Amino acid sequence: MKKKTFLITGLLVTLLLAGVVSNFASGSPDGLDHAAREGCTFNADDEITGGTCMAQQEQDHQLAGSPLADYGVKGIDNEFLSTGLSGVAGVLLTFAIGGGLFWLLRRREPSRKA
Amino acid sequence: MHIANGIINGPVSAIFIAIAAAGLAVCVWRAKVDLDDRLAPMAGLVAAFIFAVQMLNIQVLPGVSGHLLGGTLAVILVGPWVGALCVATVLLVQALVFADGGLTAIGLNITNMALLGTAAAYLLVALLLRILPRTTGGLGATALIASVVGVVVAAMGFVVEYALGGTTELSLGAIAATMAGTHTLIGVVEGLIAASTVVTVAKVRPDLVYALRAFRAQPIKVPA
Repeated sequence: MKKKTFLITGLLVTLLLAGVVSNFASGSPDGLDHAAREGCTFNADDEITGGTCMAQQEQDHQLAGSPLADYGVKGIDNEFLSTGLSGVAGVLLTFAIGGGLFWLLRRREPSRKA
Repeated sequence: MHIANGIINGPVSAIFIAIAAAGLAVCVWRAKVDLDDRLAPMAGLVAAFIFAVQMLNIQVLPGVSGHLLGGTLAVILVGPWVGALCVATVLLVQALVFADGGLTAIGLNITNMALLGTAAAYLLVALLLRILPRTTGGLGATALIASVVGVVVAAMGFVVEYALGGTTELSLGAIAATMAGTHTLIGVVEGLIAASTVVTVAKVRPDLVYALRAFRAQPIKVPA
């Protein structure tokens, strides 16, 4: 497989994971959030009703109102579309920033001529 | 495993922003040696892939999920210095654009996931690739074991940070036990996905796998 083909295939697989498969991800708290909730009791709306836990001290994110906050696109009500589009945006943004940074940092091959 | 604002106090969070910045500066300095025309686009793809897989939470216990941190995958495919920068890039994009992982906590998160987790994973990769069989099975086993250890080390980073600046009065032993238990399971899930990813790349384009270039340079094939 040519390197260019490899990169394009890899990027397409990545877009598929973030754009489609992401909708089937588990909504349960992750390992750290689980530990943060330990010691508290929660009601049906997931609000803390008692006890002591780390989650009580949790403060809102400074950018909670940003257009892609919490992996959704603000203004798109269809959840599948909203999650998928935010995933695609994230992949392209990460590829552009990461790839751009690494391209700038790379070692320039000395000219082979002469 | 993204720490939200408020869980660790301000002074400790600030100290870890300095630690993370210093660590990343060393990574940038060392990454320049590794990065060439071949590695740079591959590293961009690895960062994008890590962003994608971090969205995919997988149930590991009733009511508990986990997602890949991606450190092991990154160090095997693009090496330790560039790999750490890949994970850090993802964490910065998540914190600045997706409101995932507090801005105040960014130093804590980078230290745990981009620096500690990847460093532990890389040390194991460097050891295991030398002693395990030089087969795709050996590479897969390396990815699996390094993932479990890398994820648990990253989780223990949080425990240390909580011990230094936790804002609640809770038993440190209990937190350490919960974190170690759930993250061992998350590490196994990460390991299985990391192993299948690196084995796939190794089969298609073994020359694009940094760890194989570094530790299994030119395997000698004896004709039958």
